[in-house]
Amino acid sequence: MSSAIRIDKLGKCYRLGQTQSRTLRDLINGVASRITRRAGHPAHRQPGQSVDGKSFWALRDVSFEIPQGEVLGIIGRNGAGKSTLLKILSQIVTPTTGSVEMRGRVASLLEVGTGFHPELTGRENVYLNGTILGMTRAEVRKNFDEIVAFSGVEQFIDTPVKRYSSGMAVRLGFAVAAHLEAEILIVDEVLAVGDVEFQRKCINKMHAVSDSGKTVLFVSHNMASIRALTRRAVVLSRGSLVFSGSTADAVDRYLQENHPTNQDSVAVLDRPRPFDDLSRDLEFESLDVDAGPGNSIDEGTNLVISVGIRCRKSAASFQFGLTIFRNDESPVGSTFSETHSPLSAGEAGTYKLRLPTSELAPGQYYCAISISDARTGGRRLIDSVTDVLPFTVHAPAMSGQEWQAAWGPIRFPDVEIVESQFQESVADTSTIGLHS
Amino acid sequence: MTIEFPLTRIEPPQGGIQFPDVRAVWRYRDLLMVLIWRDLSARYRQSVVGYGWAFLKPALSIVIFAFVFGQLAGLPSDGIPYPLFALAALVPWNYFSTSLAGISASIVGGAGLFTKVYFPRLILPLASLGTGLAELGLQLLLMSGLMAWYGVRPGWQLLMLPGFIILAILTSFAFGLWLAVLNVRYRDIGHVVPFLLQAWMWASPVVYSSQLVPERWRWAYSLNPMAGVIDGFRWSVLGTAAPDPMQILLSVGVVAVTSIVALACFRHQESTFADVV
Repeated sequence: MSSAIRIDKLGKCYRLGQTQSRTLRDLINGVASRITRRAGHPAHRQPGQSVDGKSFWALRDVSFEIPQGEVLGIIGRNGAGKSTLLKILSQIVTPTTGSVEMRGRVASLLEVGTGFHPELTGRENVYLNGTILGMTRAEVRKNFDEIVAFSGVEQFIDTPVKRYSSGMAVRLGFAVAAHLEAEILIVDEVLAVGDVEFQRKCINKMHAVSDSGKTVLFVSHNMASIRALTRRAVVLSRGSLVFSGSTADAVDRYLQENHPTNQDSVAVLDRPRPFDDLSRDLEFESLDVDAGPGNSIDEGTNLVISVGIRCRKSAASFQFGLTIFRNDESPVGSTFSETHSPLSAGEAGTYKLRLPTSELAPGQYYCAISISDARTGGRRLIDSVTDVLPFTVHAPAMSGQEWQAAWGPIRFPDVEIVESQFQESVADTSTIGLHS
Repeated sequence: MTIEFPLTRIEPPQGGIQFPDVRAVWRYRDLLMVLIWRDLSARYRQSVVGYGWAFLKPALSIVIFAFVFGQLAGLPSDGIPYPLFALAALVPWNYFSTSLAGISASIVGGAGLFTKVYFPRLILPLASLGTGLAELGLQLLLMSGLMAWYGVRPGWQLLMLPGFIILAILTSFAFGLWLAVLNVRYRDIGHVVPFLLQAWMWASPVVYSSQLVPERWRWAYSLNPMAGVIDGFRWSVLGTAAPDPMQILLSVGVVAVTSIVALACFRHQESTFADVV
């Protein structure tokens, strides 16, 4: 399968600071040197000279290939260079170093509703936006009814767009973009728009697009959509490509790098608390995972943690509450401990808790743990910390299939077939065979 | 069976002198048409007079000019009724000044588009050029109406009119494009253009006849292409004194050189627009 996109040592450098303040002499020198430089030699393009001469590499030495028909996710923190990469691929900005080769027509969706003019009607804006995105008038005309149906604004299609709600305008914009005909699609975080029903339509459309064999580059901060739509992903960090591989691994890598559980150096006592009104009569002092290296346990086992607490003021009987989160911050489930008798002031206690993690599927997790007043049934919190106790569940070495992230974080016990019935099929022989 | 898709190669910009890719502009002609249509369409929405303003604006200028310069100042008008004399200059001048102002602002104004979507950036000034032409058409209608009223009959010179119109278009494009490129990086240009046009108007025979300019300064005066355009306009429509062919040649030369420089500048700066705007 040939590559649709080949990126080779791509780099983009920006000058920081104001982009003017070149003197007239610099301007003349610059023009003269550009003219006299021989054609074919790369010019040292400087997109504006900065006041203090500092430069910033938004992208540095990025190389990878995307085969035809692949849907690739691009993830990374804000400022990692994802949008810069997309802008270069969309030919909006030019690279400072490196090159890109793309086979096929490219359609970029970096913003919804580009070029919308508020005075024009929805109908006129569909033509306007469609043509701006690269369709010909004939293509827009052909798809017009579908576009309007997809957007759900048929009733208002002949009203000026300035009368639309922002949701309607955005749906219309996305509907136009969803009908772009191109072999390569570049999509930048535009799916987080509209209500639940529209979001579902968008995801379905994206599925249809990727199933049709187009090559798609998809940037998003929403790990759930990245997992749902892509099979391979790359992670960018501070302008460099740090990971390329399966989506599940890429997402784990990204979350691991960026999750605040990596704060081992901060003592539990000093960690910020998620709520302001905690009395902290009983305080968490230490939290540890009793597991193998890397805090990993085998699937099907129960995690043991050590919890150290200190009593500042004599409190009532208390219980622990614990919530387990997946590494993408979605909660998996919670549990409470039995009631413990109160401690006296100044006393410290260490507890070993065994958590019911035997049904957790392979993956990375962390916890939030709290101490609550047992008299209130767990509602009044005395102390609470979150983003602690990270641990990994490993699948046993010889397991059958790899657990998919989309299956969720729980491996339920096997389904039991309680009853089954069989019936001989009464085959109608005339319906068997090929229809010509 | 593999279908051969077009290959796009993206690289850092090369040195040397280059000109914009005309074929790329042609491929995006639909976009050009749509942008022109958008500007014309949206201009007079929700207004009562609507396109009437295209007539009213020059008509009001004529009234004021005719009164101030014709009646009060008593400037000579080569034997033609002053309103017609002024209108024959105002039509190309209005076109030129709105076109120049529009083109010089077109790139900065289109920033919302080209920072999000790719298209040959030359489309933006061309679209601005196109919208000006529609108003020019309407104003030519106005002028022919006024000529009919005054009973002025044009001679064979009328055939030369399209040539002068083209010269006006090229002048506004050449200078406008160059200003547009500068404006992206040095926004002062946007503030300077109104003053520039004011000064330019006085340097052109809009309210006075070019006969007033002394002989020895004629050549310098002809460096202003609009002087030739306006004189030519008056000659072809009203039959006043013919412009000196040498002066016209000089004007054409100025426009040609400016166009070439502007197009080359544009091509060089084009790749940095999205970074600098």
